[in-house]
Amino acid sequence: MNSLGKKQLSDGVAYAILLIFALFFVLPVFVMLNTSLKALSDAQNSTMWSFPAQLSLAGFIRAFEKLGSGLLNSLFLTVPATILSSLIGSINGYCLSKWKFKGSNWLFTMVLFGMFIPYQSILIPLVNFMQKVGLYNSLGSLIAVHVIYGIPITTLIFRNYYATIPDELVEAGRIDGAGIVSIYWRIFLPISLPSFVVVAIWQFTNIWNEFLFAVTLTSSPETQPVTVALQNLSGSMISQWDTQMAGAIIASAPCLLIYVLLGKYFVGGMLAGSVKG
Amino acid sequence: MKRSGKERWLSFLIFAPSVAAVFIFVYGFIGWSAFISLTDWRGLIPSYEIVGLKQYASLMAHPRFQRDMINTGVFTLIFLAGNLFFGLVLAALLDRRLRGTNFFRNLFMFPMAVSFVVSGTVWVWIFNPNSGLNAVFQLFGFDSGKWGWITDPKMAMYCVAMAAIWQMAGFTMAQYLAGMKGVSDDIREAARIDGAGEVQVFRHIILPQLWPVTVGAIVVLSHISLKIFDLIFVMTQGGPARATDMPGIFMFETTFRGDFFARGAAIGIVMLIMAALLIIPYLVYSRRMDA
Amino acid sequence: MSTKPLIALIALMIALTPLLSCQTDRKPDHEMDKAADTEAPPPSALKTADGELTIFSWWTAGGEADGLAEHIRLFQEKSGGVSVVNAAVAGGAGTNAKAVLKTRMLGGDPPGTFQVHGGSELIDTWVKSGMMAALDSLYDEKGWRGKFPDALIDMVSWQGRIYAVPSNIHWGNALWCNKAVFEKNGLTPPETMEQFFAVCEKLQKAGVTPLALASRNKWPVLHLFENLLAASGGRDFYMDLFAGKAAWDDDRVKKALENFKKILEYVNADHAALTWDQACGLVGQGKAAMTVMGDWARGYFVTQSLKPGEDFDAVATPGTKGLFFVITDTFGMPENAPNKVATKLYLSIVGSVEGQLAFNLKKGSIPARTDVPTDAFDPIAKKTMEYFASANLLPSAAHGSAVIEDFVVSLNDQLSVFLSEKDVDKCAGAFAFAANDAGLKKD
Repeated sequence: MNSLGKKQLSDGVAYAILLIFALFFVLPVFVMLNTSLKALSDAQNSTMWSFPAQLSLAGFIRAFEKLGSGLLNSLFLTVPATILSSLIGSINGYCLSKWKFKGSNWLFTMVLFGMFIPYQSILIPLVNFMQKVGLYNSLGSLIAVHVIYGIPITTLIFRNYYATIPDELVEAGRIDGAGIVSIYWRIFLPISLPSFVVVAIWQFTNIWNEFLFAVTLTSSPETQPVTVALQNLSGSMISQWDTQMAGAIIASAPCLLIYVLLGKYFVGGMLAGSVKG
Repeated sequence: MKRSGKERWLSFLIFAPSVAAVFIFVYGFIGWSAFISLTDWRGLIPSYEIVGLKQYASLMAHPRFQRDMINTGVFTLIFLAGNLFFGLVLAALLDRRLRGTNFFRNLFMFPMAVSFVVSGTVWVWIFNPNSGLNAVFQLFGFDSGKWGWITDPKMAMYCVAMAAIWQMAGFTMAQYLAGMKGVSDDIREAARIDGAGEVQVFRHIILPQLWPVTVGAIVVLSHISLKIFDLIFVMTQGGPARATDMPGIFMFETTFRGDFFARGAAIGIVMLIMAALLIIPYLVYSRRMDA
Repeated sequence: MSTKPLIALIALMIALTPLLSCQTDRKPDHEMDKAADTEAPPPSALKTADGELTIFSWWTAGGEADGLAEHIRLFQEKSGGVSVVNAAVAGGAGTNAKAVLKTRMLGGDPPGTFQVHGGSELIDTWVKSGMMAALDSLYDEKGWRGKFPDALIDMVSWQGRIYAVPSNIHWGNALWCNKAVFEKNGLTPPETMEQFFAVCEKLQKAGVTPLALASRNKWPVLHLFENLLAASGGRDFYMDLFAGKAAWDDDRVKKALENFKKILEYVNADHAALTWDQACGLVGQGKAAMTVMGDWARGYFVTQSLKPGEDFDAVATPGTKGLFFVITDTFGMPENAPNKVATKLYLSIVGSVEGQLAFNLKKGSIPARTDVPTDAFDPIAKKTMEYFASANLLPSAAHGSAVIEDFVVSLNDQLSVFLSEKDVDKCAGAFAFAANDAGLKKD
């Protein structure tokens, strides 16, 4: 077997295939960028593939004006909700993997099932509930909603992560006389960073990009997250594609940044996350 | 692992608030929806009179709903198959650790960061038969003019699925990459020394090890595909001719436009049952793994 | 959820049902209206009494947002600076906004006023549930009764009382034509269905798409189809259909479907991917000759730097001469509006000549009042205003005026299937099924 020769050929083929895929993945980005840099009259479906007749940042400027408050709202929603749901998931996962009690598996299974429900089926009771507790049309309601409905997945990821950590660590803590909470605080929490990163990325992305809850639970511009503000750009009748595409890019930017900076953690972390069970 | 009764109790107490929250917000609300689905509530004034399974019966007889059920099945199949296949291929290619792996990996994963609303809008443009992909194909001398893409009821489902796969293939790839990292190099070397070629190593050594990854990926992906709403809503609104219509779309329209809350609730419960049929076997399986 | 409280709840609800039905039939309370009418509120009273007005609509961009800004500006001048919350939500002709509005109203947090299409959307959704206050006294006070067409007032009335103020009119049965294409082919805009098909044939042969259609968001298809219904059956038949008095598998419906089937031979093949403005774009660029769309299309053409009357023109859709499909945005007062005095002031601006003029010039629609001076409007708008004042008015079904939305949802869905299957009998049968399913009945 001419391993050198064969390997080179395979490498070339591999690169070729990767490039084709890369083109497929980049296609929509090209359309988005291309259109966002065009003047309004140029930004039509029929001129999708042609470069801008003249470069125009008008779309971005308009988009920034319209999305400004939405971006802030999304920030004030997503960061607290991500931090909270990560912490809760961490503590839950810790208890469920290291401090099992009778029925803990059943309870966890029941909680886990909650992550598969279609949100439309609970939307109306949810809104009524928020009205009654006075949280309707506030970022607080969205934070609460995303934290609660995020409990299953964050708990799952942390539980699986902690399951890979040897029980000896717990025993070592107990020998020192520490209890559940202090073992968590002093031993497990410090080594949880990889899992926190995974969970934080997952939650941040899902909450930032979420639309259904956002549009139903908030009804005024002061509280609407960027996904709703982005929808607002389309107006009720006329679509300004250059602004919309620019807005889409702006709205996606934070999540994209996170991916670029923390991508490697994500891959490594998924191993602990979903592989086991 | 010995745990004292007091420790177990404390552990339960810590987990309890989450359980309570989920019980109210998930099971409580589902119960409420189920109740509504047994009434005849239609219009803005609630009507709590129970009429039995009338809503479900009328749904089963409704041609649109029948189509929706079929579409869900088809979409899930294509979405899963495409994701698993492309995810696996991409992971296999990147596992070779060629130069530029990081760049490609980041590239394939970035679509997950983008919302369905954003990607849906762009993909509809791309799938337009007049100026979309057809224009690109024609550049290469291939006349695909008669392909209707998103406007053709027979092709539309594939278009929508492709957009969804574009969005999630990176995730599946990441899953497989992580799984492959877990296959130690020693085993691979041993196989190669025994004379196995690349493909054989892949098929007989690596692939079987990836089964848990596959299962996990299927769970997460079908969770997304059963709930899918934003993407289809933005791309086709269920069209053309119901080709991509889903229970989620029907439910949204009938509840928030038609004010037919009882029917909307019934659709929600049916969607829930479909999800349950998929998830419960998985949960049972994972419990067995844990035991 | 344990069962005992649930059973108790059900029992309670059943016990209360008779009371509930009494409430919806009873006429809404007059007292608030009377109290507000006896004296003009001093500006300070507005400020101390809650001092805020929330206006809910789906006008978030373009000319509509500008028009809304005009109303708000006038309101703030006349109210001495009451703060206004512009709670507009956008997305697909108001679908997001309507969903949000419903949750607000049901949750007991009504806005001061909200945008709602006149006709069924207003009456069936809000008035019949007892959530709107009657505005007869406002109309009398301002002397509005002769200033709006009677048929329009009917659309915002129920059981003899008026519940909203129309702010603008959009013309529904408009056929938009690219003048250059018509002149080049020596054609004139058609008036009857026969003429229409003849024109289509010639255009097709000349290599131009005769009719641009956009079916991506479904509603433009119904928008076109309701024109065909009126063309084949006339106004009375149209009204009967939506009142449940005529059968949906009637021959006249089938005739409309036959016409539609023929029209489909003359439309652009990619309609399933286009939104209405993209179809208009085809006409604007001369790739298509005609499109059927409400007169908000005019605003779109203007943004493409086309001149009304010179580059494009509008006529009544084939077979609907003398009929005017009304799409009207109206504003009413929720029964539990937080600051009724402010709301009434706002409504009086909406219905005033000054308000209607300022608003409609920006929005690109025409005033609902027939006594607004036409000078400032462009040629097509002028024509539309004259037509509106003299024609026979019809509520549009596609835009929530003619019938409950649940049925509109079914029609949209069924028409999308027809676009592909083109089976006339099957479609008519499905219409009849849907009408039954929606509980269409005489009212």
